[in-house]
Amino acid sequence: MKYEAVIGLEVHVQLKTNSKMFTSVPHGFGNEPNRLIDPVVMALPGSLPVINREAVAKSIQVGMLLGCDIAEVCKWDRKNYFYPDSPKNYQISQYDQPLCLNGLVEIELAGPSRSEEGPHRKVKLTRIHLEEDVGKLTHFEQDSLVDYNRAGTPLIEIVTEPDIYSADEAFAFLTALRRILVYAGISDCDMEKGQLRCDANISIRPVGTTTLGTKVELKNLNSISGVRNGVAYEIARQNQVLAEGGSLVQETRRWDADRNMTTSMRTKEEAHDYRYFPDPDLMPVSVSEEWKAELAKDLPEVPFDRQRRYQQEFDLPYSSASVLISDRMLADFFESAVEFGGSPALLANFVVNDLTRELSSGDEGVDLSNCKVQPQGLSELVKLVEENVISNQIAREVLGEMLKSGGNPRDIVKEKGLEQSSDEGELEALCREAIAANEKAVNQYREGNAKAINAVKGFVMKATKGKANPKVVNDLIERLVNE
Amino acid sequence: MSHHNLNTLTAVELGELLAAGEISSVALTQACLDRIESVDPGVKAFLSVDREDALSQARASDERRAAGQPLGPLDGIPIALKDIVAVTGQPLTCASKMLENFVSPYDATAVHKLKEAGAVLFGRLNMDEFAMGSSTENSAFGRTSNPWDLDRVPGGSSGGSAASVAAAETVLSLGSDTGGSIRQPAAFCGTVGLKPTYGRISRYGLVAFASSLDQIGPFTRCVEDAAMFLDAACGHDPKDSTSLPGLETNFLEGMKNHRDRPWKIGVPKEFFAEGLDPEVRASVESAIQFYKESGCTVEEVSLPHSSYAVPVYYILATAEASSNLARYDGIRYGHRSSEATDGIDLYYKSRGEGFGEEVKRRIMLGTYVLSSGYYDAYYLKAQKVRSLIRKDFDDAFSKVDCLIGPATPTVAFRAGEKTDDPLSMYLSDVYTISANLAGLPAMSLPCGMSSDGCPIGLQVISPVLQEAEMLAVAKRFEEAHPYSGIVAPSNGKAGSAS
Repeated sequence: MKYEAVIGLEVHVQLKTNSKMFTSVPHGFGNEPNRLIDPVVMALPGSLPVINREAVAKSIQVGMLLGCDIAEVCKWDRKNYFYPDSPKNYQISQYDQPLCLNGLVEIELAGPSRSEEGPHRKVKLTRIHLEEDVGKLTHFEQDSLVDYNRAGTPLIEIVTEPDIYSADEAFAFLTALRRILVYAGISDCDMEKGQLRCDANISIRPVGTTTLGTKVELKNLNSISGVRNGVAYEIARQNQVLAEGGSLVQETRRWDADRNMTTSMRTKEEAHDYRYFPDPDLMPVSVSEEWKAELAKDLPEVPFDRQRRYQQEFDLPYSSASVLISDRMLADFFESAVEFGGSPALLANFVVNDLTRELSSGDEGVDLSNCKVQPQGLSELVKLVEENVISNQIAREVLGEMLKSGGNPRDIVKEKGLEQSSDEGELEALCREAIAANEKAVNQYREGNAKAINAVKGFVMKATKGKANPKVVNDLIERLVNE
Repeated sequence: MSHHNLNTLTAVELGELLAAGEISSVALTQACLDRIESVDPGVKAFLSVDREDALSQARASDERRAAGQPLGPLDGIPIALKDIVAVTGQPLTCASKMLENFVSPYDATAVHKLKEAGAVLFGRLNMDEFAMGSSTENSAFGRTSNPWDLDRVPGGSSGGSAASVAAAETVLSLGSDTGGSIRQPAAFCGTVGLKPTYGRISRYGLVAFASSLDQIGPFTRCVEDAAMFLDAACGHDPKDSTSLPGLETNFLEGMKNHRDRPWKIGVPKEFFAEGLDPEVRASVESAIQFYKESGCTVEEVSLPHSSYAVPVYYILATAEASSNLARYDGIRYGHRSSEATDGIDLYYKSRGEGFGEEVKRRIMLGTYVLSSGYYDAYYLKAQKVRSLIRKDFDDAFSKVDCLIGPATPTVAFRAGEKTDDPLSMYLSDVYTISANLAGLPAMSLPCGMSSDGCPIGLQVISPVLQEAEMLAVAKRFEEAHPYSGIVAPSNGKAGSAS
C-alpha cells in the first residue's frame, strides 16, 4: 500500500517589539541571566500585567499579511500549569478567541532547476494567537537554573491546518513564512536565537483516503533544514513501521540533528487540564476599523507578489526576480534604483550578480544600507552602459571602484579615461592591425570557423583596454575581413 | 483644644492643627506609636511596626511644613497599612507563612500616591491570610482582637486595619475589600470603612486575592477623612489595566455639593430577611427613620438575585484566587520547603507548608470550578448570575439614588465561634458581597451599639462612581449622631472614650 504524509505545523515567533508583552522591560537575546526582569516578569506579589499595544499591532499585521480574519476584540485568557520557567505558573494567552483565524501562506516548491520556477500553492492556517514566552531552564546533575530574561517576550503561535504533504513543503512553508515576517519587520526569525520555533504534527495515511492517521508530534526542530530533515525522517520511519507490519503509536518524538533520527520522548499524552479562564487583570482590546486601516498602511508587498511583479512589469527572469525578493533590502534597493532610471534588467543583473558578490566578500558589517554604492549611483552606472559610454565589462570595474571610494560613476569614468571608443576611424586602423597580426585566425575564420574571429576582437579590446565599443569593433572586423 | 490624645482626633482636625503649627507630625506619630505600645499587646492589630521609618517620614513632613511646602491635607497624617500592599523595603507577608520573610522591592501605586500626599505610612496590619476570611483568625501570625471586646473578632479580612483605627493606634488605615473585607470589619469595630468603585484606586501593588473584585479603601474615624483618603489615593494608573481612566475628582469638595439634597433612598428588602440580628435590624431601621425625617424619600426595593451573591462570589473569587496564588511556589521567593525531593515535590511541600487551611480550601475550590467538565456549570454560570446581580442594582438605581441597609447580619462574634464552620463564616459577608460583584462603591459607618457594647454598622451602596454623593449621605447621619470619632477603650471593655 502506498501512503501519503499529512503534516500540520505549530510555529512560535517572537515579536520584535521595544518591550515585553505585559511590562516595559525590554527583551532580547544574549544578556547576562536574569537582567531583563522587573516585578511583573518575576510575578512578585501585587504586580499586574499591562498590554503591549505594539505587540497586538504587529500580530494584527501578521494576520493581515496572511489573509486572516481579524477578531474585533483581542481577549486574554490564563493557561494554568505549574512549571518553573513560568513565573506566574500561568501563561497569559488566547484560548477561545484568537486574534486571527484562517488565513493562507503561499509557498513555492523547488523547480526543475535553480533558474526555473517551481509550482506555487497556498497552505491553510487555523489560527494565530498572541501570548507570552516563558523563561529558560538549564539542568545540571543536582540543580536546575532558571533565567527569566526570555519570560514575557511577546510570542505569536501560528497553527496550520493539516495541509502540508511533504518535508519539502514544510521547508517551503517555513521559508515563505519567515520571509514575510522578516519583510514586515514583525520578527528577525532567527531560529538559533529561538525567535522562530517549530513543532510538527506528522501522520501518514493510505493514498486516496481522507481520515488522518496516528499523529506523532515532532519537537526540537531547531533550524529550517532541521524541519525538512526531521519531517522527512519521520515520514520515512512511519512508512517503514507500517511496511514491516507494525503499527504507529501516538507519541511525542524529538529530532536529533546530530544522529539524524527521531527518538521517542513520551508516548502517553499527559491529560493536561489548563483550566483556561479570562484573565481578570486585563481588559479586552478593541480592534477598530480605524486601527486596522492605520496598520495596513505599514504593510509591505508580500514577497511572492513582488516576484510576480518583477517578472511581469520588468520582464525579469525568474532567476533574478527570485534572488531579489529573497531579501527585502535587496529588492528595495533594486526598486529604488529603477526609480532613479536605467534598464531594470541591467540593474537587476548588477544587484544580483555584482553587488551581492562584492558585499559578501567585503568587510564584515557592510550591507546594502551602509555600503558606498547607493541606488542612485547604480542607476547612473547603468545609464552610462545604456548610453554606450562604457561597456558592461568596464561597468563592473567602475562599480568596484565605486564600492571602494564611493565616487560618482561618471567622475570615475572620466578620471580613469574609461570612456568607450566608438571612433570608427581610430578603431579601423586598430582593426586592420589586428587582422594583420592574426593572419592564422583570419584564415580559419574564412574557412568557416566562426569562432576564430574572436582572437581578432580580443586583440582590439586588449589594445583599447576594453574601452572599444564591442558592437562597432564587431561590425568593422566583419567588414574588413570580407573586403 | 487639648493635645493629650492626638491619636484620637480625626485627620481633618489634625490637618488643621498641623497647618496652624500647633502640633507636629512627629508628635502625632509618636502618640500613635505610644498608643501601639500600650494597647497593641492586647489588640494585636500590627504584625510589625518600623518606628524609625515612621518617625523619619514624620520629620520630613514637619520640615516640608516648616519650609512652607506641605504636600496637601494629609501631609504628616499617620496611615497604617494592611500587610497586603507593597511598600519598598518593608515586609509584605499577607499574614502568610508563605511570605513570612518577603520584603517588597517596590511601592504599590496607592502607596506611592499617599507618599506623594505626604502621609506617614507605617506598620504592617494583621489580616486573614491572603485576605481570605472574615475574622482575622486566619492569620498565620495570630488573631487580632476587637478593641471593644478583646474576646471578639475585629472582622476580616482587614481586621488589623479596623482595629488599629478603632483603638486609636493610627489616625487612618488602608485596607482592601474583595467581598466585604473593609465594610464588615469597619462595622464590627465601629469605624468608617469605604470600598470605592472597582477601578477607582489602582490595584498595582495590592497582592491579588480575586482580581475582578479586589479594591483598596480606607478605615477612618469620620466620613470626611475617608474623602481625604480617596482624594489622595484615587486616579488612573497605567500599570493597572482595570484602573478607570480620566477621572479626577475632589471628593472632600464634592461631598459638600451634595449635602442638602432630598435623596431617594432604597432599602433592599432582601437585606432584612432571616439571619438578621434583631438589635442590628432595630439600629438600622432607626437610621432609616432618621433619613426620612431629614427629608429623604425612602422606598423598599428588591435585589432579587441577592441570595445567589454568596455562592457566586465563592465560585468566582476562588477561581481567580486559585490562579493568582499559583505564583507562590518557593522558586523565585517565598517559603521553600527544605524537605523536597524533586521539582514536583518542591511545589507540593512548599505550598503545603506555606499556606494555611482556609487558603488551601479556596485554592482547591477554585481549581475545581475551573476544571474541564465543571467550568460551564460553575464558573460560566456564576459569571452569568453576576451579570444578573449587576442588573438588579441597575434596576434599583433607576428608581433611587442610593441603597442603605445593614453592613453585617450580626455584631462582632466571639473568637473561635465560627472557625469550624466555614459556611457560617462566609455568611457574615452576605450583605457586602454583592457590591463587589457589581463593582459598586459602598461604605459602612457606625450607627449604634448593641446591648452588649458592640458597634453596629450601616451600609450605604451607591451607583458606580457616585462616591461623593455616598459620602454626603453618610455625612448627614454622622453629623446628627454622637458616634463621630469614637475610640474603643484600651481596656477592651465596651464603652465610649468620649
